[in-house]
Amino acid sequence: MTTRVLIADDEPNIVISLEYLMKREGYEVHVARDGEEALAALRRVRPALVLLDVMMPRKSGYEVLAAARADEALAGLKVLMLTAKGRDTDVAQGLGLGADAYMTKPFSTQALAAKVRELLG
Amino acid sequence: MSASRPVDRAALVAAALPGVAFALLLAAAIGLLAATLGPEARAQAWALVEPNVALVVMVWFFASLAAGVAMHGAWNRFAAAPARLAERVRVLLTAEPAAAEAGDGPLPEGLAILDAGEGASEGSIALTAAVAALVLQRDSLRREIAERIAEGSREVEQEKSRLAALMAELTQSVVVCNLDGRILLFNARARLQFRALVAAPSTAAGGGAAGTAGGTAGGLIGGAEPIGLGRSIYGVLDRRLVAHALEAVQQRLARGAAHPSAQFVTPTKGGQLLRVQLAPVKESGASPDGGAGPALNGFVLMLENITQQMAEERARERLLHTLTEGSRGSIGNLQAAVELLEDPALDAPTRERFLGVIREEIGALARRLDEAAAQSATALEQRWPLEDMLGSDFVAAAVRRLQGTPGLAAEAGAVDGELWLKVESYSLIQALRHLAVRLAQAYDVPRVTLRLAAAEQQGVRRAQLDLAFPVAAMSTETVVGWETEPLEDEEGGTGGTLTLRDVVQRHGGAFWFERERARQEGRFRFLLPLAGDGAPLEESAVVRHDSRPEFYDFNLFAARAMQPGDALGEQRLADLSYTVFDTETTGLKPSEGDRIIQIGATRIVAGRLRRQEAFEQLVDPERPLSEAGIAIHGIRPEMLEGQPRLAEVLPAFHAFAHDTVLVAHNAAFDMRFLQLAEAGTGVRFEQPVLDTLLLSAVVHPNQENHSLEAIAGRLGVTVLGRHTALGDAMVTAEVFVKLVPLLQGMGITTLGEALAASEATYLARLQY
Repeated sequence: MTTRVLIADDEPNIVISLEYLMKREGYEVHVARDGEEALAALRRVRPALVLLDVMMPRKSGYEVLAAARADEALAGLKVLMLTAKGRDTDVAQGLGLGADAYMTKPFSTQALAAKVRELLG
Repeated sequence: MSASRPVDRAALVAAALPGVAFALLLAAAIGLLAATLGPEARAQAWALVEPNVALVVMVWFFASLAAGVAMHGAWNRFAAAPARLAERVRVLLTAEPAAAEAGDGPLPEGLAILDAGEGASEGSIALTAAVAALVLQRDSLRREIAERIAEGSREVEQEKSRLAALMAELTQSVVVCNLDGRILLFNARARLQFRALVAAPSTAAGGGAAGTAGGTAGGLIGGAEPIGLGRSIYGVLDRRLVAHALEAVQQRLARGAAHPSAQFVTPTKGGQLLRVQLAPVKESGASPDGGAGPALNGFVLMLENITQQMAEERARERLLHTLTEGSRGSIGNLQAAVELLEDPALDAPTRERFLGVIREEIGALARRLDEAAAQSATALEQRWPLEDMLGSDFVAAAVRRLQGTPGLAAEAGAVDGELWLKVESYSLIQALRHLAVRLAQAYDVPRVTLRLAAAEQQGVRRAQLDLAFPVAAMSTETVVGWETEPLEDEEGGTGGTLTLRDVVQRHGGAFWFERERARQEGRFRFLLPLAGDGAPLEESAVVRHDSRPEFYDFNLFAARAMQPGDALGEQRLADLSYTVFDTETTGLKPSEGDRIIQIGATRIVAGRLRRQEAFEQLVDPERPLSEAGIAIHGIRPEMLEGQPRLAEVLPAFHAFAHDTVLVAHNAAFDMRFLQLAEAGTGVRFEQPVLDTLLLSAVVHPNQENHSLEAIAGRLGVTVLGRHTALGDAMVTAEVFVKLVPLLQGMGITTLGEALAASEATYLARLQY
């Protein structure tokens, strides 16, 4: 049973790289291009981990996170925030809302892969 | 009534007059008769009269007496009475107002002196009554005037108090000067600001010297304030800049501008940058003469320390520069490498090199980004005016406001008492209230708790404010909606467009909702900026001796500016400013090498002692102290270690005493020391000097003892803290203040007269 990973980001240029990376790591990859899609995908696909961007149309990453954490059905979900918003307040907000990890762009693909592996145990 | 009157010459003359007249008449009659009669008839007439001469004389006598008494009485009644009345009325001219009201009938007590006495004529009585009425009228008029004056003074006092309160609370530094640059008014903020500016540059960034008067805290020599009432603003600001600004303002006034102002930026001696705004004070009630515009009385300066602001601007510019110009290079390198990678003819090692370039440049760009982000996190925050506020104060205020909301109880939970926030408290409390109201409405929340703690993320410290409440279930969607709603104002209206998100953005912070399922608690968490280190001129310890701060003296508005033409000697003693000083020395022999070890001084301005403007400084004498001396002044050698030498202290004292008359007790002693120090320090004291010892001898020439204690005792001045330079200076100052009116009583009102009188006494004393 392959681990499912959801990538939620509206920027195609990063989605390409992330998709390739996650597939190479051996995960089943799903993609959402905005906040609403992301939430729907979370509920439908039930991934083990989501790579969540913050600045997305229709619902921000924070809103998705808050909704996900409020949803009992998504209890075991691991959230890795991956975003250009790097201020201390942004990081505090992400972690406060319940993200398991927070990485700021630009990032190293190796570091990301390692983190994902760590979160998924 | 009529006490025994002194013998009235005029009355006696009047009384004697009839007698003399009768005698003359008789003599004339007899003479005439004798002239007309012949010698025989004369002898016959004489023979007839001779036996009755005695009778004739007696008749003359009694007639004279009767007439004389009658004349005397008439004189008293008609002639003397008005004169007496005039005397009594004159007494009343200078007397205190009578207590009773006017009326017919017997005169009121206070005016009893007017009573004409027994036997007064009708006319006299009427006159007396009329005068009495006039006097009473005058007294009631006087009372009225006194009341009006009192009322007027009360109003003026009130205005003064309001203005004083306004000045005290202004967060801007305000200084009011007359045209000569003499300081008439300033507020606490200005004093703090100037103190901070004059402090050593190493304590810059608005850190400010926390020195109180006395001591070398913060590097201020003598604890001398750079500004004070009656002192010149040009001690701190460049005269030319102010003059230029004044000129600009006058020109604008002449062209008809209603409220012109000018501003300039000036560096201070402490290396800080000051923005100064200058506004004119026009002559009140002065009519503009032709096209020249209203005359100026003085000017108001508003000062702002923009060093921090300027520094921030520069940092922002640098950041922008780094990001734009700096990144161009990296991107250029990247572009070149990437484009060349397309070349199919590339061999593996070269490809590897290009890839290396790409990796490197990306690394550099990322690093630059991180640095910029780190810088901007704290220094370059939103330009919204945020105020420094103690966290616990803010929470208390918020709890108070929240308590007001219906159906909701508010309390303060765990609050970190050390935190200083940088907030716009009004809008933030509004936001909190908005949330509380929504909570009560939507979820029937009965109670909210406010908590405050410090939090750190990515190396940045912030304040974490929680609005916590008990809750079972909550929809995050609803909550998100609250963030972007317009905040309600007091009456529940939503007239404004301010949203919670806006408020958070203003503070450059963050806001979100957390839920702790385990504790059944929800909380709104705010991240807010902390006040910086270089901070607030929030010195609550402004040293106040009286309940009302001493630096407002409206009397100085009337003080004439000392015109250059005025001979200083013509100035009235009461108008001048004085520096009263005293020195402690190693010994009593200035010409034999004794040195000053302490200078203490205080100022007298407009007849009042300026307790808060004091100068006190220990001086390193660069020679050992004698035991006997230590026994007197109590200054031990250890206390003098590390103190500045006279070469540094004397210029500071000279600046402190600038433009004042020096006063000291037994001034010759102190002045000798100052004189001997001239060569070594280059500081010359050229102002006139008054000696309280000599002045006391002028006022009380018959007293033997003119020591400071004796004079103080005579004038009722309490002597505390003797034998410290400042203590002695204070006592001398109080003695001097009491001497001035005594001198005036002797007709000595100007400085020249005082100096002359002092000199005379001095010579007289020498002869002893």
